[in-house]
Amino acid sequence: MRASTHSIFGPPGSGPSAAEQLARSQMIRPKRVDRITDLIGNTPLIRLHQIEQDCPGVELWAKCEFANPGGSVKDRPALRMIQDALARGELQGRRLIDSTSGNTGIAYSMVGAALGIPVTLVMPENVSAPRKQVTAAYGTELIFSDPMEGSDGAIMLARELVEREPDRWFYPNQYANQSNPLAHYHGTAVELWQQTQGRVTHFVTGIGTSGTIMGTSRRLHELGRARGRDVRCVAMQPDDAMHGLEGLKHLPSSLVPDIYDASVLDDTIWMSTEAGWDMSERLATQEGLFVGHSSGGNVASALQIGKQLAERGEPGVVVTVLCDRGDRYFVPLKWEKHYAW
Amino acid sequence: MPTVRIPTPLRKYTQGQDQVEVRGSVLREVLEQLDADFAGIGERIRDDKGEIRRFVNVFVGDEDVRFLQGLDTPVAGNDEVSIIPAIAGG
Repeated sequence: MRASTHSIFGPPGSGPSAAEQLARSQMIRPKRVDRITDLIGNTPLIRLHQIEQDCPGVELWAKCEFANPGGSVKDRPALRMIQDALARGELQGRRLIDSTSGNTGIAYSMVGAALGIPVTLVMPENVSAPRKQVTAAYGTELIFSDPMEGSDGAIMLARELVEREPDRWFYPNQYANQSNPLAHYHGTAVELWQQTQGRVTHFVTGIGTSGTIMGTSRRLHELGRARGRDVRCVAMQPDDAMHGLEGLKHLPSSLVPDIYDASVLDDTIWMSTEAGWDMSERLATQEGLFVGHSSGGNVASALQIGKQLAERGEPGVVVTVLCDRGDRYFVPLKWEKHYAW
Repeated sequence: MPTVRIPTPLRKYTQGQDQVEVRGSVLREVLEQLDADFAGIGERIRDDKGEIRRFVNVFVGDEDVRFLQGLDTPVAGNDEVSIIPAIAGG
């Protein structure tokens, strides 16, 4: 048996062992791991049997990113950004600071706690109470920005703090850090390709930082073209600046992330909050998938694509992402309202 | 007159103002006057039936009006009404 500080598959940093490569290629989740960060990625793909009845002849599948240990898709970029910073020595003696609407914050907090990196997060004060409580539980320091300024206010406050004391902080800046899309380029996209046996025809997901859609789309385009066909990659955005698809950005009215590159996309779907919320409810009651509103928007987008294909009588394998679980979005109960905001 | 705090996504209707003074003694009147003063802002806050949209949170002072009397919540002249959007981005 190897020393306990080593992964069961081999020492950290030595690259994947043969056993690890086999586990990855067979999409087997390990039964024993060295640390919680080893559980990030390699998430299941689930077929949406009830929803896809609305688009006969087209398969709808969703990547269960809520199965990541921090509960959301954000575990992937958070881990990758921290790993890459550690490799470059940028975290030496510094605290990690970033702006986040919550899920990235939970992911940073979990990875930071597991790897011994102190974390400070800037978030709008109206982030849901569970987000604040979960991040605080990991020992993370929270700084709140003006709720009226939204996530752009949090971004600007984080930048201000970093400018004031540049030596104190490591600022991954998830909106401009290429490690964010790379986590999906090397992870999510490859997994989707394997899980659909290369049958995926369409990929659609919403834009928060745009990391998921950028990284996954780039790789799916490459994997498809290498086999002489293209995978159509479609982004989803809320249809209005004033929306309720928490975590997603309406780019025409927001700071556009540096990692966003429109040339990677084949199309953009503009989603109403109501349609996203209705689909979240439908996923819970018809598929047993209690997921957040951004996931609802994603599946509503996938169904929109599926219906267009079905109307033309074309087959398709449409894949999207379930970003997180619905219990992150419970509205506060009356007696909780005083600490909810 | 009550002050209404306007979130960033709605400031295009108020010529960039982050707060405006609006006449009214219950929330319904305040929101109707707000729409009269700044055309188009009302439908971003309320749906076709006139109800506050499910994803929009309106506060009178520190209280979410859903826990008060909704659109019938009284608003005093020195009250601050805040319209709080959802969280966008990562």
